[in-house]
Formats: sequence, structure tokens, C-alpha cells
Amino acid sequence: MRRLVNLLIIFGLIFALTGCGSTTKKDDEGTSVAATEGGAEGEIKLDGESTEGGATGEVSIPEKRVIYFEFDSSNIQSDFQEVITAHAAYLAAHPDTTIVLEGHADERGTREYNIALGERRARAVQQLLTLQGVVEKQIQVISFGEERPVAMGHDESAWSLNRRVEILYSGQ
Amino acid sequence: MKLLNKILIVVFILSMQGSVQATLTIHITEGVEGALPIAIVPFAWESKEKLPEDVTEVIRSDLIRSGRFAPLPEADLISRPHEGRQVNFADWRALNVDNLVIGKVEQLKDKSYRVQFQLFDVIKGSQISGYSFKTSENNLRRTAHRISDIIYEALMGIRGAFDTELAYITVRTIHGDQKIYNLAIADADGHNEKIIFKSAQPVLSPTWSPDGRHIAYVAYSRGRPELYVQNVSTRRTKRISGHQGLNNAPAWSPSGKYLAMTLSKDGNSEIYILDLAGNKLNRITNNYAIDTEPTWFPDEKGLIFTSDRGGNPQLYQIAVSGGKSKGDLKRLTYEGTYNARATISPDGKKIAMVHRVEGRFHIAVMDVNTEHFTILTESNLDESPSFAPNGSMIIFATEHEGRGVLSAVSVDGSYRQRLSFQEGDVREPAWSPFKSR
Repeated sequence: MRRLVNLLIIFGLIFALTGCGSTTKKDDEGTSVAATEGGAEGEIKLDGESTEGGATGEVSIPEKRVIYFEFDSSNIQSDFQEVITAHAAYLAAHPDTTIVLEGHADERGTREYNIALGERRARAVQQLLTLQGVVEKQIQVISFGEERPVAMGHDESAWSLNRRVEILYSGQ
Repeated sequence: MKLLNKILIVVFILSMQGSVQATLTIHITEGVEGALPIAIVPFAWESKEKLPEDVTEVIRSDLIRSGRFAPLPEADLISRPHEGRQVNFADWRALNVDNLVIGKVEQLKDKSYRVQFQLFDVIKGSQISGYSFKTSENNLRRTAHRISDIIYEALMGIRGAFDTELAYITVRTIHGDQKIYNLAIADADGHNEKIIFKSAQPVLSPTWSPDGRHIAYVAYSRGRPELYVQNVSTRRTKRISGHQGLNNAPAWSPSGKYLAMTLSKDGNSEIYILDLAGNKLNRITNNYAIDTEPTWFPDEKGLIFTSDRGGNPQLYQIAVSGGKSKGDLKRLTYEGTYNARATISPDGKKIAMVHRVEGRFHIAVMDVNTEHFTILTESNLDESPSFAPNGSMIIFATEHEGRGVLSAVSVDGSYRQRLSFQEGDVREPAWSPFKSR
């Protein structure tokens, strides 16, 4: 937190002094994937819908949408097997629904290795889903390695939150 | 000698001119015993107007940054000659300096500048080198770096790397979680920073083409990692690899003909070599493990890459020929349980890498022939080592007070410095090749 405040102060000064500190042209982006934000903190609660939907036989998207991993590992721990099974059931019942599996790593280790590791984690989740009847084209895998941490600290409590695969439903 | 012996923190604030983007601060965190004492007399400049660049200071800073020189403090200069005939060698011998640099700068009628310098051996009382350069105002700093290069080469016996550049990534956080990633290039002393690509999505792994004209990098501009090649001067950019999955870890071959990379289009991360002329792709590895971070030997006959096929990340070497695998695979590292992101010295004799000891990540170097292994750094989360083109220093990224900063270490580990920008995180430095002379 202190770091954030410091950064903000520094940026504030730089902006004030330099008028944004940058002379490059506007970049040519705007085509980013819609579902890249959200994640651990941004989960949408569907409790209300789920009870109403129950009457019409609808199953809601499972609430737990983050799978966590051990350091340098892409093994899915038993706690998360049932989370993935719940998503598999939903996706198998909704073949038109697509998801993005976003793989992440903690800051330790090299950036490119961590991108490969993030992808392997996402593919491990993908494999479990497809084994349970989800069609491959419903799933897209993207790895961000250590580039998008959700927790900013430099200790195990932050790292354990950052070693993750986020299950992102399109259109949400 | 004593001067740099125990100096732990020397701070230079290098001011930026023109459109201010960032201020670079260099902290020398570990001095060198045996740095060569040298006297640098401020170059004569006979004009009422201020010289647009302090040429003497640029040379002084360059020589200090190399860790190999201990310039005499300006106050200790006994006299201020700027031509050979004004030099009294006995004076300089009395100050215990081995070498003396003098010079002068003049403005010519066409507004260009003439920079002249001479390097003397004080003991022998003779000139070692001397040149005169005609240059424009914009190139004054570069001329100073070239003079530093000449002095370094004359006294150290290897080419100086002052007239070179760095490419790196800077990341700024703007309101909340939103980040801006910049791909920047700057002179090797941090001046003249230019942002050549900017994105709200991650940008990483910049790498120079061997002619220094292009930079390849990974950008998530379209939501996933893809490889781009950008011309440094025209800024023109081309997407060079956009397969399904990973398009990562670009590494230009020494001839510039091939680009090694990591792709996962065939199931998991594997090393491939793209033949740039024919746009032909050859797969180099075939293993269910992670294979990534390829880097070339200077003779182009082999690659080193990171693989966890043995249970944890280690370096492996594979023979290649004409951009194709020769299948000859060898594990290189056995020290510890994490060795990754290798880079090979320009002479092919040393491999720098990221090495983990007791949960901390340092830069280590292994001698290719003797396999002697040395840990060079003491900071934590050290990554992305890159050799200076003369092989004398390794620049790398690390953390300091919660921020990403760049640091440099001599290849023997004796001399270290930290380069911190005032703004955001700096990471993934890539030292440019030499410029053509």
C-alpha cells in the first residue's frame, strides 16, 4: 500500500512536470479480449439467479472460478478437482458457452518460463474439462505468466494467490 | 585506487535534456580495487555560450561506470592543459596517475563542432592516442562516448561499449490496476530515452537484431502473446508470429538469418527456428516438458534453452545447423534446482543465467569449457541478464525498494551498479550490438 502511494506521488509529480512524460504516438490497439479483466476479486455472484433459475431447471455458472497451484507446478490439487468438475458439467450442458482459461504464475523465476508455466497450468485445467465432456472449441487458453498478478506483495501469501488459472466465461 | 576501494555509494544525477521522460540515477554499489587512476582535464571551450553537452563529464561518467577507471577529482587537477605542448608530465606523475586525457571543443563557422582529444601515458611521457572529430550538436554526446571507447580500448585492450544502446521495458501503473507498458531504447548511459512502442497490454522479451536495426519482442496487443519485429529508426512494425498459443522468447541468430522462438501450436511449449528469408519454420525440440528461452551460440551451431524435462528448470544445449536441429542434446547445468534464461557472451565462452539459491534468484555465470560456476549478484529476483557487446559487463533486472530497476555487474562480479529510473518499473534490459565504426 505504501508502495502504491509512493508510486502515485511519483507519477503525479512526473505528470505535473512533464505533461505525461511521453512523446509517443497513440497506440493502435483496442482489440483486446473482452474477458481479460475480473478474476479472483471480480467474480460475479449469481446466487439470486441460481434460485430463480432452479425452477426452470437451469444450472448457474459455478461460483469458484480460480484454480490455485503450487510453485513451479501445474498439478491440479484435489481441492480443485471438484471445482473443475462443476465447470465441466455446466459447459457440457451449455455447448454454446465458451470460456477463456487464463494461466498465471508468481513473480519468482524468469518471465518467459513463467509464461510457459502459466500455459501448462491452463492446459492442465483444459484437459480435465475435455475429459469430462467439454468440447475443445469451447475453451481458449491464454497465459500471462507473471505479468498480471492479483496480489502485489513479495511473500508466499501474495505468491499463492498469483499462481492460478482463471476461468473466464465469455460475455461476462 | 583507494578512491574506489570502499566507496559504496556514488550518486550521479544525470540530467535529461529536451523533452524530459525520465531521470536515470546510477548508484555504484560495489567499487573495484585496482581501478586505473586517470586524470581527465576539462576540455577547453572558448565561448561565452554554454557547451550544449558537457563532453568531459560524459567521458568521465563513462569511464567510472565501466568500473575499470578511477578518474581524479576535478579539484585535484594540478594544471589544465588542453594541448600536448602544455603538458608537464612530472606534475601528473606526482599525482600518481598513469594516464592523462586532455582536449578541446570548438564551434566551427557552419555551427558544427570540432572535438579534439589526446590520451597520454604519464609514466613514459608519450601520447597513446589522439583524434579530432567534426560533429553536430545532436551528436556531441555520441562523440564523447566514442572518445570513451577509444580510451578504454587503448588502455584495456578490448573495445569499449559506451557508444551502444539499451532496449528495455518500462511499466507504469495509472489509475488503479491499469498499466502502461513501454518498449524503450536509450543510450547505454540511460540518456536519450525513446519510447518506440506503447501498449496497455503486456510487452516483453525485447531482443536486438545483430545489425542493431530491429528489435523483436512479445506483445499482447491482440489479447495473447504474439511476436513482432520493429525497425528502430522507422518504427515500422510487423507481426512475425501469431500462431495459436505461445509466440514467445524471440532470439535472433548471430547472422540475422534466423529467429529462434517458443511456440505451443503443436500442444506444448517447444523451441522452433524461423528462417526469416524463406519464412520456413523448423521444430527443434519435442518433449512434453516446458522448453523455452532459446539463445544462440555465436557460431550459430547451437542453442541453449530452458527445459524442466528433468523435473525442474535447467539449461540444455542442442546442436543446430542451417536452422535445423542436429538432435545432439546435452544438459548443461546441475547446480541447484533452478537455472533458466541463459544468454551467451559474445566470445561464446561464458553462459549467464538466472539461478536460484535458498529461494532467492541471482545472476550466475558458467564457463563453457571448465564448467566453473559463479554467482555474480547478491540482490533478489534478479533476471534477464544481457552481456555488453564487449563482454565486460552484464546488465540485468532486479528489485530495489519494491521497484523494478536495472543493475549491471562486471563479469567477474567485482563491480556492481544500479541504474534506477524515477518512474515505474524497469525490466528486461537488452544491450545492443556494437554500432558499425
